[in-house]
Amino acid sequence: MSTLIASATATTRSTRAELVRLRAWPAVWITLGAWLVLSVMFGYLFTYLSYTSGDPGFADEGTTQAEQLARMLPDAVPEVFLQGMPMFGGALMMVLGALVAGNGYGWGTWKTLFSQGVRRTPAVLGSVTALTAVVVGTLVVTFGLDLGISLVIASSESQDIVMPSLGSVGGAAGAGFLVLEMWALLGFLLGTLARGPALSVGLGLVWALVVENLLRGVGQLLGWVESLTEVLPGTSAGSLIGAVIGLDPTSGDQTPGVLDTVSGDRAAITVAVYVVLAVVASIALVRRRDVA
Amino acid sequence: MSTPTTANTPVASTENLTKVYGDRVAVDKVTMTVRRGEVYGFLGPNGAGKTTTLRMLLGLVRPTSGSARITAGRGDGSVGALIEGPGFHPYLSGRANLRVLARHRGLSDAEVERVLERVDLAGRGDDRFKGYSLGMKQRLGVAAALMGDPELIILDEPTNGLDPAGMADMRALVVDLARGGQTVLLSSHMLAEVQEICHRVGVIHDGRLLREAGVAELRGGVSLRIRATPEPEALAVAMRLAGDDGVRREADGALLLTLPADRAPDVTRALVGAGIDVHEITAAERSLEEVFFEMTSQKESVR
Repeated sequence: MSTLIASATATTRSTRAELVRLRAWPAVWITLGAWLVLSVMFGYLFTYLSYTSGDPGFADEGTTQAEQLARMLPDAVPEVFLQGMPMFGGALMMVLGALVAGNGYGWGTWKTLFSQGVRRTPAVLGSVTALTAVVVGTLVVTFGLDLGISLVIASSESQDIVMPSLGSVGGAAGAGFLVLEMWALLGFLLGTLARGPALSVGLGLVWALVVENLLRGVGQLLGWVESLTEVLPGTSAGSLIGAVIGLDPTSGDQTPGVLDTVSGDRAAITVAVYVVLAVVASIALVRRRDVA
Repeated sequence: MSTPTTANTPVASTENLTKVYGDRVAVDKVTMTVRRGEVYGFLGPNGAGKTTTLRMLLGLVRPTSGSARITAGRGDGSVGALIEGPGFHPYLSGRANLRVLARHRGLSDAEVERVLERVDLAGRGDDRFKGYSLGMKQRLGVAAALMGDPELIILDEPTNGLDPAGMADMRALVVDLARGGQTVLLSSHMLAEVQEICHRVGVIHDGRLLREAGVAELRGGVSLRIRATPEPEALAVAMRLAGDDGVRREADGALLLTLPADRAPDVTRALVGAGIDVHEITAAERSLEEVFFEMTSQKESVR
């Protein structure tokens, strides 16, 4: 029991320490800034420009102005909030996770930490918890920003303000958390595996943005590949978001990365399993391997 | 430096410690003991296996066989170490880096200020680590090792990158730590530095510990060097005083007597009493450097 308390205390200390250094790290703010810019650009800016010009862009082709406006109002915030996550949101979080773990090896900070008698498991758990706090913060800021923009648009277009239901906000928050957390922790695992940031970021991005899409393409020809793609992180994340947003099967122009390959429940379970596996594998690797 | 009176209990030890990388034996059955309160010098040329041994002692690297144990104190704060160059977050200041470390270990910000003062970095504590000179980075690494006042401090080449004044400060710091009762395991290939501040040394070469002994013991004690004429009579008196095996004749005719320095007056009296002219009498010591090169060259010739 006392060992458990000591471990919990050590993890809490490490979490605080990691939060101090993540807060001061420009890479964190640049990554989050990039996410917010992309999120606003693809969630509101292009739609708004298309709406005001009356000329549908690539993201709004085949939609009426009324549909475009409806997509930018407060009750549509959960949908807009989620739509960028399977694609660039996940990729950016994976980059962040890989940087957090990988730079510890590149800069020798893991070595410095473990040389001073700090135990490995609490140190990794602290780092993972701090990364989770960054993910939660990202979700809160993104949702707040989306809501603020939608309120401004609703006011400027003299629309009634209808807030999203608590259920849809909760569902979006849960799905968004699972997806971003999974990618961040998979990035952390990659950074630990590669013991450096560069290779892990490169490999992670190629996997998330290229390989999974190629495999899904091949899966349409080979049954066993299709079965395999159903359990991949990208497919699961896309399907989870797709289940929450609700895909229109008649529309041929869906948001990139948002899928309906597997059911929402199955996708949520698969994503949660990836979260747990990434943490367990990272701890096991850091505990077992030599620190150069 | 005299051996501390408290130096008996081991605070760190290895037994047949071995590390093999592929077909290269980096550390080969090293058995060494660091005792409480002493400054232990771990000597060896670059690539001898010093850092790998220290890494295994700290648990950073798993031994292939054998064991390494640190028995100093208990808990996270019993050891502080600087291993093969300092590793810090480049975007943070020196002070912020130490504060991050302090939070990991549950230490206060006051402790950060104390160690920054100790290594004379308080004035530059708010500069970013990436802007530090090599010497400043090294001092920050030492500051990290001192945090929490650990019982055992392991310093791997702490004077790397320091200017002469910085090296002198570092030597004074190590001596001061030992005076305060802390144990220091100092790895270095700077032999004069080790000779000056260490109580005992372990000499490692090609992964093997060649010798572990007190500095004075390793250097073979002090001898007396005499130049006197006539030489045959001087040799006879010297052999009477130091024994047949205790006298060595050097190339320039000087005699080297294996006797402690405080016997110099006796020797002078005996020589003068025998009607011998004494031109020079000095205490001659072998330096640690000479002993070290002797040991490592013997090792080479055996191979």
